Amino acid sequence: MTEPQLLSTPNRRPETVSRARRVTGDRTEGQSYLEVTDLTVTFPTADGLVQAVQGLSYSLPLGRTLAVVGESGSGKSVSSMAIMGLHDRRSTRMTGSITVGGEEIVGMPPAELRKRRGANAAMIFQDPQSSLHPYFTVGDQIIEAYRAHHRVSKRVARDRAVDMLGRVGIPNPRRRLDDYPHQFSGGMRQRAMIAMALVNDPKLLIADEPTTALDVTVQAQILDLIMELQQDFGSAVLFITHDLGVVAEIADDVLVMYGGRGVEYGRAESILGRPLHPYTWGLLESIPAVSGEPARLHPIPGTPPSLLALPSGCSFHPRCEFAGRVPGAACSVELPDLVSRTDDTTRTARCHLSDPAGIFATDILPRLP
Amino acid sequence: MLIYILRRIASAVSVVIVTLVASFGLFFVAPTDPAGTICGQRCTPERYADISASLNLDEPVVQQVGEYLKGLAVGRTYHSGGLTIECDAPCLGYSYTLGQPVTKLIGQALPVTVSIVLGGAVVYLIAGILGGIIAARRRGTYLDRLMVGTSLGINAVPYFVVALLVSLYVTFLPHAGYHPLLENPLTWATGLLAAWLTLGLANAASYTRYARASMIETLGEDYIRTARAKGISERRVVYRHGLRAAITPIATIFGLDLAFQLTGAIFTEAMFGLPGLGVLTLRAFNQYDLPVLMGGVLIGSVVLVAMNLLVDILYTILDPRVRLG
Repeated sequence: MTEPQLLSTPNRRPETVSRARRVTGDRTEGQSYLEVTDLTVTFPTADGLVQAVQGLSYSLPLGRTLAVVGESGSGKSVSSMAIMGLHDRRSTRMTGSITVGGEEIVGMPPAELRKRRGANAAMIFQDPQSSLHPYFTVGDQIIEAYRAHHRVSKRVARDRAVDMLGRVGIPNPRRRLDDYPHQFSGGMRQRAMIAMALVNDPKLLIADEPTTALDVTVQAQILDLIMELQQDFGSAVLFITHDLGVVAEIADDVLVMYGGRGVEYGRAESILGRPLHPYTWGLLESIPAVSGEPARLHPIPGTPPSLLALPSGCSFHPRCEFAGRVPGAACSVELPDLVSRTDDTTRTARCHLSDPAGIFATDILPRLP
Repeated sequence: MLIYILRRIASAVSVVIVTLVASFGLFFVAPTDPAGTICGQRCTPERYADISASLNLDEPVVQQVGEYLKGLAVGRTYHSGGLTIECDAPCLGYSYTLGQPVTKLIGQALPVTVSIVLGGAVVYLIAGILGGIIAARRRGTYLDRLMVGTSLGINAVPYFVVALLVSLYVTFLPHAGYHPLLENPLTWATGLLAAWLTLGLANAASYTRYARASMIETLGEDYIRTARAKGISERRVVYRHGLRAAITPIATIFGLDLAFQLTGAIFTEAMFGLPGLGVLTLRAFNQYDLPVLMGGVLIGSVVLVAMNLLVDILYTILDPRVRLG
């Protein structure tokens, strides 16, 4: 499927472009397929306003993989659901801008949104066991996804489904098409999910922790498959995960989220090699070492903040061991901007520390396994 | 699967036989006097003995049970005052009070009850499931609360009160009465309409809540999110993906409800003067008409075990993950 509007649409820039966007906006090669600008997602509830995502901005060009990393409740899944337009409109407030292939998603009428959902952007989910309908055959579900966006006969759609199942590495796809999901293994189910997501050749694939529910050996296969298909289809991949090992394997760019905000954003190798935000340091320190001396893990102290009542200033300051190194009480008073903190302008961090690179080198690096 | 069904049928037959023997025994032990009832007020001992003998009431209970079961399997022969009556298998005996074969009486009553119950089921399934879906999709709104509240209100009142109230207000409908379907489908339907609406409304209240609960649970499932992510219409998400999964628990309840109603649609029948199974059995009970009563027990137990088996088989059709064996 071609996207003629992709190249002709000018880069939309609403009034409220955050400083992060200004810094990182022009570093990407060519036009970005996915542009998220100052996105805010809130859910009014009986207990108050849940601020799930605030001031989130990032861009993702075709052919690249952006990993969104964070704990549960950091807003990583909510923001991806927003891209798909999957939130219940009655209970969700959204501001800012999301453009997919140059088209604005925020505020798009439901019927228009539905036409694009699954065609321009498709999604694979965490648990393939519960994400496939247990009462319909795998083929039935893939065929339905294809026919939702293509006016073709069942036979044509069936051939397409067989083709897709074969491409995701399911042996004997013509016969397995009529199997029910429970007749598939966990890894095969996720392969079938991927086949279903890619059946319409979407330019954007959102993978929401697609390997979390799988065996470690199967995880690697699924990651390889996603990367391989990305090459074949030339699509942009938004990969949501909390596993920094997966990030190292698959990501070109990384966005670290905390408390609904982006706290660090940049190229994968620089974020993993020289992170600038104390929260990213905490994530790195929380990874158990496989080799070497068994050492104590260094979990991040405290718990993720409530999205109903975020801490004042920097949301991370109550859990941050370096907040004391910032003069005054800036961390608990003022929310730092997501801006470049070093000479490297392609990467940004939301932190008041004056020399995060230095602290990482002297305090954190020696503690890492 | 086939072996499973055969095994279930075998166990069903034994359940029915045990039920029959137990009912027979209970009825026999009870202080009843069918011969006296038939004989009437001006009864002579000779006449009484003759009636007892013709009904085999003078035999020991074990022998009576044996002859009853034998009659079911191969038929039996009655001797009454020099007359010989052949009763072909499955022989359920002769009504003491109506003097007709029980098979004939049940053959007349069963279609009435089945017509009432199945027609009512169509009403409450459609109304209840649609109502439940509407309430589930508007969960938490005033419409949802109104529907749940009304449903609870209807269910809080005993069925016969609801039925009486409905029958008071459905007087604009054609006069209730049973006309065989094959003779004239139109009069069959119009004669039963009031009964259908009564049975339908009372049960629709429960089914609205079953369907609502089942639908809310289903619509929260991950595979519904997957379906939405495909870009199919919301209608298709709800009625194909949602309903397909939500219907399974409802089918279980429905199977057992249906069995219960087939044996006990007695309020509905009595209220609209429809000569169904419930009315037949109640009359037999009041007149110590053992053969008719036993016929009712037989039909009831067969229906109950058959519906249980059907529900289990239906499960394998509804849920591909279920395999019997």
